Amino acid sequence: MRYIDLLQETSYSLLMNKARSFLTILGIVIGIAAVIVLIAVGEGATAAVTNNISALGSNLIVVVPGSASGAVSQGIGSAQTLTMKDASLLQQQLQYVSGISPEIAKHFQITFGANNTNTNVIGADPIYSFVHNVTINNGSFFNQQQNNTLQRVAVLGPGVSELLFGSPYAGVGKQIEINGNLFSVIGVANIKGGSGVSSADNNIYIPLKTAQQYLFGQNRALTSISISAMNAQSINTVEQETFNLLLQSHDIQNPANADFQLVNQSSIVASLSSTTQTLTVLLGSIAAISLLVAGIGIMNMMLTTVTERTREIGLRKAVGAKKKDIGSQFLCEAVALTLIGGLCGILLGIGIIEVLSLTRSVAVVTQWWSIAIAFGVSMLIGIVFGYYPAQRAAKLKPIDALRYE
Amino acid sequence: MKTVAESFSHQDIRPVISCHNIVKKYGSSTNEVTVLDKVSFDIYSGEFVAIVGPSGSGKTTLMNILGALDSPSSGTYTLDGELVSNLKDDELAIIRNTKIGFVFQSYNLLTRATVERNVRLPLIYSLVLSPTERKKRIEAVLQSAGLSLGYLKNKSNQLSGGQMQRVAIARALVNDPSIILADEPTGNLDQSTGKIVINSFLKLNQEGRTVVLITHDLNVAGNASRIIQIQDGKIISDELNGNEPKRKLT
Ligand SMILES: Nc1ncnc2c1ncn2[C@@H]1O[C@H](COP(=O)(O)OP(=O)(O)OP(=O)(O)O)[C@@H](O)[C@H]1O
Ligand SMILES: [Mg+2]
Repeated sequence: MRYIDLLQETSYSLLMNKARSFLTILGIVIGIAAVIVLIAVGEGATAAVTNNISALGSNLIVVVPGSASGAVSQGIGSAQTLTMKDASLLQQQLQYVSGISPEIAKHFQITFGANNTNTNVIGADPIYSFVHNVTINNGSFFNQQQNNTLQRVAVLGPGVSELLFGSPYAGVGKQIEINGNLFSVIGVANIKGGSGVSSADNNIYIPLKTAQQYLFGQNRALTSISISAMNAQSINTVEQETFNLLLQSHDIQNPANADFQLVNQSSIVASLSSTTQTLTVLLGSIAAISLLVAGIGIMNMMLTTVTERTREIGLRKAVGAKKKDIGSQFLCEAVALTLIGGLCGILLGIGIIEVLSLTRSVAVVTQWWSIAIAFGVSMLIGIVFGYYPAQRAAKLKPIDALRYE
Repeated sequence: MKTVAESFSHQDIRPVISCHNIVKKYGSSTNEVTVLDKVSFDIYSGEFVAIVGPSGSGKTTLMNILGALDSPSSGTYTLDGELVSNLKDDELAIIRNTKIGFVFQSYNLLTRATVERNVRLPLIYSLVLSPTERKKRIEAVLQSAGLSLGYLKNKSNQLSGGQMQRVAIARALVNDPSIILADEPTGNLDQSTGKIVINSFLKLNQEGRTVVLITHDLNVAGNASRIIQIQDGKIISDELNGNEPKRKLT
């Protein structure tokens, strides 16, 4: 049999059974598009969560006071064991870090005119903005000089500025009261996302020394020391080094008795991404089921025409078709159907993903492996169920195939 | 009295079709029906044989075996000197494609395909004619089958029974086979079209092809050089078509 004849027979066959061809292709299109879109949505959710976490700061290690275990549990952060001395020690000794930020934080009453709120005020060095990835939308972050000269300046999270001034990013140049002390607003940070009172968008940042002078008192212990490791590889080294330095300076022999704790960002990422992984698996399973349903549809389509096709095979054999001729024709038909359906499905899936990401309704990340898998599976199903019954019919005696009921 | 074989005086000619004790049974071992019962005969190259017999006597069953579409339950069938039961599937496919033109009683057309595609079907499984030579050939065989070329592009399920029959005949002739097996080829044709078809069979026979046809029509059978009568799966007579019977089976 010539290739040209094979192609012609294939196209005639597909066109002769337009409804069957269309429904088979439709099944493949829906199955593939569903898989691609659902997996992209799952991956999009994972990426969104991971992005939110890295927005907190890069390669971050946070030292907080208080012991992890022990009889006198005071709860993380409430103990008074971290001091400025610890911070300076780390600043002098630690290697592979790009920033160390000592911080004190507490909720205070904030007022601007008739508006007031109670929110988290963080006293920190200027490096805080680098370590915690705080970017400024309007105005500027405070600098070292303002810290050294105890300037009463404040940088607001956009949430606070919305509460006090009615819109995010507003309020630069205005005077607000923090616990009765007047502060000038010199900057408003960009939105970071996250929700609730713990969201960074509801923070107010002021210089550390100013904070100690006016709000916390000179001898107040630190709430935390945030350390930004140089890169992801150095996080573990830095963490270990910090731990040892602090144990030494606190004069503690047994690490189990440490009066401080280290929290590292990658462990947070790990625990959160395992949650979103579950989401991806869930969506992936739904996608797999729709692919399966589509597969059964294809299967059904291929098998229901078997009676009609068996007679056709009988006739073709009666006029001289060899087994190979029958095999290649049906293989060709199945490949053509799944190829057309597969390509349309991929286009539809990518189209839907485009629309989702343009309208920003759902976070999506296209996964090329999902396209490959969806395409491969539907191709496999189409070929197996289009080719295998034909192959069986091709083995019958022509007269039995012609009489097939 | 001479036998059919003896009437071909030169005994060195081998038969193209040789059946020996062909038995065909249908059904399970408990409920068996014997449709062909020890049928034996030889057909020589160039013969024009008519097979006649009442409905249900096994004519189509026999024809399917002769066309290598079916196999007998027992007995041997030799085609052109080769034992058909020894041939592989693909070898049979080649024989069906090139040596035998088969006209089915029930036409067996691809109903949704055009007349042209139906007639062309055997051609795509052989490499003899180039795609461009095919068109001429298709038109020629449609003419010998007596169908107007105006129907070339018609779907075959839009044809009358007689027109379908002519398409089936044209398809059987298209690969220029040396043996033509036709099951009631004129069953659905009016007298004059039937005549066209029979005349083209006669012409093919005169060109040296072997023709075996099943018919009810005694006029049609009268054109044959030999008539085999079947009843209840047995051959009851096998005579050369002349005035004196050459052979009579008991
Ligand atoms: N596939 C089959 N299974 C069982 N019995 C069959 C089968 N095919 C044919 N028969 C039986 O074999 C017998 C002969 O059938 P066949 O078709 O050969 O008859 P025929 O001589 O061609 O009749 P007609 O002139 O009506 O075409 C019939 O009794 C029929 O019932
Ligand atoms: Mg019959």
